[in-house]
Amino acid sequence: MEIELSFIWAMIIAFAVFTYVILDGFDLGIGILFPLAKSEQHKSVMMNTIAPVWDGNETWLVMGGGGLFAVFPLAYAVLMPALYMPIILMLLALIFRGVAFEYRWRTVRWKPVWDMAFFAGSIIAAFTQGISLGAMVQGITVVDRAYAGGWWDWLSPFSILTGCAVVVGYALLGATWLILKTEHELQARMRVYAKWLGLSTLGFIGLVSVLTPFQDPAYFARWFTLPGSLLSVVIPGLVVMCCWLLFSGLEKHKEAQPFFASLGLFVLAFIGIVFSFYPNIIPPGLTIVEAAAPDSSLKFTLVGTVVLVPLILLYTAYAYWVFRGKVRPEDGYH
Amino acid sequence: MLDSFSAEMLARIQFAFTVSFHIIFPAFSIGLASYLAVLNGLWLKTRDHTYLILFNYWKKIFAVAFAMGVVSGIVMSYQFGTNWSVFSDKTGPVLGPLMAYEVLSAFFLEAGFLGIALFGRERVGDKLHMFAVAMVAVGTLASATWILSVNSWMQTPVGYSINDVGQFIPEDWLHIVFNPSFPYRLVHMVLAAYLTTALVVGGVGALHLLRNKTDLVARRMFSMAMWMLIIVSPLQILAGDFHGLNTLEHQPVKVMAMEGHYDSHPDGAPLILFGIPNPEEKRIDYAVQIPKLSSLILKHDLHAPLAGLDTIPDEDEPPVSIVFWSFRIMIALGFGMLLLGLWSLWRRTTGKLYDDNGLYRFAIMMGPTGFVAVLAGWITTEVGRQPYTVYGLLRTSDSLSPVAAPAVATSLIAFIIVYFFVFGAGTYYIFRMMNKSAAKPNPALDTGPIRTATKIAMSSEHTPDNQGDHNGN
Ligand code: HDD
Ligand code: HEM
Ligand code: HEM
Repeated sequence: MEIELSFIWAMIIAFAVFTYVILDGFDLGIGILFPLAKSEQHKSVMMNTIAPVWDGNETWLVMGGGGLFAVFPLAYAVLMPALYMPIILMLLALIFRGVAFEYRWRTVRWKPVWDMAFFAGSIIAAFTQGISLGAMVQGITVVDRAYAGGWWDWLSPFSILTGCAVVVGYALLGATWLILKTEHELQARMRVYAKWLGLSTLGFIGLVSVLTPFQDPAYFARWFTLPGSLLSVVIPGLVVMCCWLLFSGLEKHKEAQPFFASLGLFVLAFIGIVFSFYPNIIPPGLTIVEAAAPDSSLKFTLVGTVVLVPLILLYTAYAYWVFRGKVRPEDGYH
Repeated sequence: MLDSFSAEMLARIQFAFTVSFHIIFPAFSIGLASYLAVLNGLWLKTRDHTYLILFNYWKKIFAVAFAMGVVSGIVMSYQFGTNWSVFSDKTGPVLGPLMAYEVLSAFFLEAGFLGIALFGRERVGDKLHMFAVAMVAVGTLASATWILSVNSWMQTPVGYSINDVGQFIPEDWLHIVFNPSFPYRLVHMVLAAYLTTALVVGGVGALHLLRNKTDLVARRMFSMAMWMLIIVSPLQILAGDFHGLNTLEHQPVKVMAMEGHYDSHPDGAPLILFGIPNPEEKRIDYAVQIPKLSSLILKHDLHAPLAGLDTIPDEDEPPVSIVFWSFRIMIALGFGMLLLGLWSLWRRTTGKLYDDNGLYRFAIMMGPTGFVAVLAGWITTEVGRQPYTVYGLLRTSDSLSPVAAPAVATSLIAFIIVYFFVFGAGTYYIFRMMNKSAAKPNPALDTGPIRTATKIAMSSEHTPDNQGDHNGN
């Protein structure tokens, strides 16, 4: 019973983190692309495509962190000190980009400052998230229910690689989202960017996938012995398919297809990571079962989650529906 | 200078700093969200444009305050892990689920409907828009409910057992959520948020009335705020009194520090109004006190004995001076608010509410005091429970992350710089928005000839720009 509950919870947390990655992914991606905007008008349109939803997107991050605290407190207690610096940096970056949504409309003289804050905050947040992922893949030292590594363990060539990969991947999501939400010149420019970002994302996915099995012999064994090696065949196949959908969609000026193809790439990368980690919640040695809170905490939280998460998905979808369609320069939100 | 501090002291300063900034914004946005819901409801019901103008005016201010609340709040939810990891590991099973419920039932609700409330009136129509505005208000209240339950459990822990690795294990969720100090703290804090908002709205209304007594929009907000104040401030004093009695029952040491009772009083304790705590000599210097009153208030008996800090070991004693002062600041401000409420009530009954510059000046002066009282209250509560994070069970010094002092010092400095810069700018923008009269001409009229007429009718203060918020410099 206990194993099952903690397993269910691991899936829920993975779901929350994944939802965060794709929702805030395109959201942060727009920040990353911000300096490339040609005109003030383009900037306003770009920001207005996410102004009504960014807060909801970011709440999934609170759900990921809060959920970890609730159901895997040990994992939370180990991870946060281990990733102390990247996490603090990410929080500071999110402050800058979060307030920029409101501040840039409240001032003329300082507008460039908040535009810069939006860009820098977005790219730093994306990069530190990638770094944290890389550091987790490499493994975190745990002794006596506490982090026992050094202060710079998170920094390595591999984690810098994953950091860059996430920045580029988020930018791809942002560009394809803008293809969906804008028109004319801005949309055309995003098509060009999306092509280059798509190619780079592919390169990064390839590089990280090749290097990951060498970070820990356990990953290697998992990916290259049966039944895991089946996935090693299926996943690359699906990646190729998503790429085809992405590039042909860009070629044929499809509006939604590039965005959903890019999401597909993220789904596959995420499945790959989850598969490498399992049954650990933090590699190399902290398992899902060990880190789980007692049953009564898991059950109590599960009741609310089962009821509320579908509701949340429902009204979030509704909010997206309300603000559906193209964002035009005339309909300023403020 | 910071290297003379231990990692523990630095982590405490960091937590206090970040949570103090955070609480300022919720204190305002809880009240403002409800106020917006009321304004929108009144607009739909009466179709009196004054309400719509007020709604749009405070909506923009709300959006900025809310954004600051969100980003400072996200920091809080990760601070437990980064700086208090041992605390997180031990209390996670009890507190984590409550915070998860806060995310699920409050944060998502606020965030999900915020976009529609701010930008969606035309898109969804009046009814759904009203629903969205109400959901945002409900979300802020739900958030306060859960987080105060969390905080209260740390003050008065019940319904748990402790397992072999030292974790608190939940035994009875109902007891945990409705722990003994929770109802008092919830009522007190929600009233505090409403008071804070009423004071700000009242202050802004007074500012514009001082400039132009015929400003009808300013009159409406001033009057609404003063009603709120005269109703809520006595309630708050009452709630605080009950809260204090509850604290005496569960955390008597905290009350000793608030009262400045270093010595035990076997036959009726005095109420110390003012004085200077002297921690070395363990007494209050220059005390102005009323004999036996403290026993009367706390025990409803002039001669009831009250124990003092001399009955507890030194290492269990909270920092008396801080608690002693912050408590008095909160109470003094609480009475100041009551005074403002009474003054306005008197003016209202004599028909002079819109013609009393003295009252307006006092209201402007009291404008920011809600925030000060909220901070003073939290300081009393949080400093008063030291040296524990979970009262009587887990010491602050045993809650700390294994993070070295230089790392904490660096992040603390970064937080201080970023917070003053970012939230300083946001506060400045809010002030600038409040400085503008809400009664500016209707943008739709700006192109027509009516524009000049409107301009004359309005105060000379405002600039008739139809994009009032874009003219910053
Ligand atoms: C009595 C009210 C109250 C108190 C004591 C606190 N908060 Fe808070 N918090 C709110 C009332 C609130 C709020 C009014 O509901 C906010 C303000 C803006 C918002 O989105 O919700 C909020 C925002 C907010 C957010 C962002 C939510 C979002 O993304 O929408 C987080 C993560 C937290 N808080 C977490 C905390 C933590 C960890 C606290 C204690 C240490 C805390 N809050 C104290
Ligand atoms: C008017 C009748 C009231 C009396 C006589 C009274 C007195 C007290 C007293 C004496 C305490 C306990 C304080 C102590 O420990 O000595 C108390 C609790 C408290 N009262 Fe009331 N109170 C009254 C109403 C109020 C009012 C008007 C306030 C507002 C300032 C107030 C504030 C407090 C506070 C803050 C506490 C909790 C602190 C504590 O327990 O020490 N009370 N009340
Ligand atoms: C004069 C009347 C007031 C009384 C008697 C009073 C009483 C108290 C007491 C006794 C505490 C400490 C509770 C504890 O020990 O845990 C407290 C905390 C607090 N007070 Fe007050 N207070 C008063 C006015 C105010 C006002 C006017 C505000 C704000 C507008 C305010 C905001 C707070 C806050 C935010 C806290 C911390 C939250 C909590 O733990 O309740 N108080 N108050």
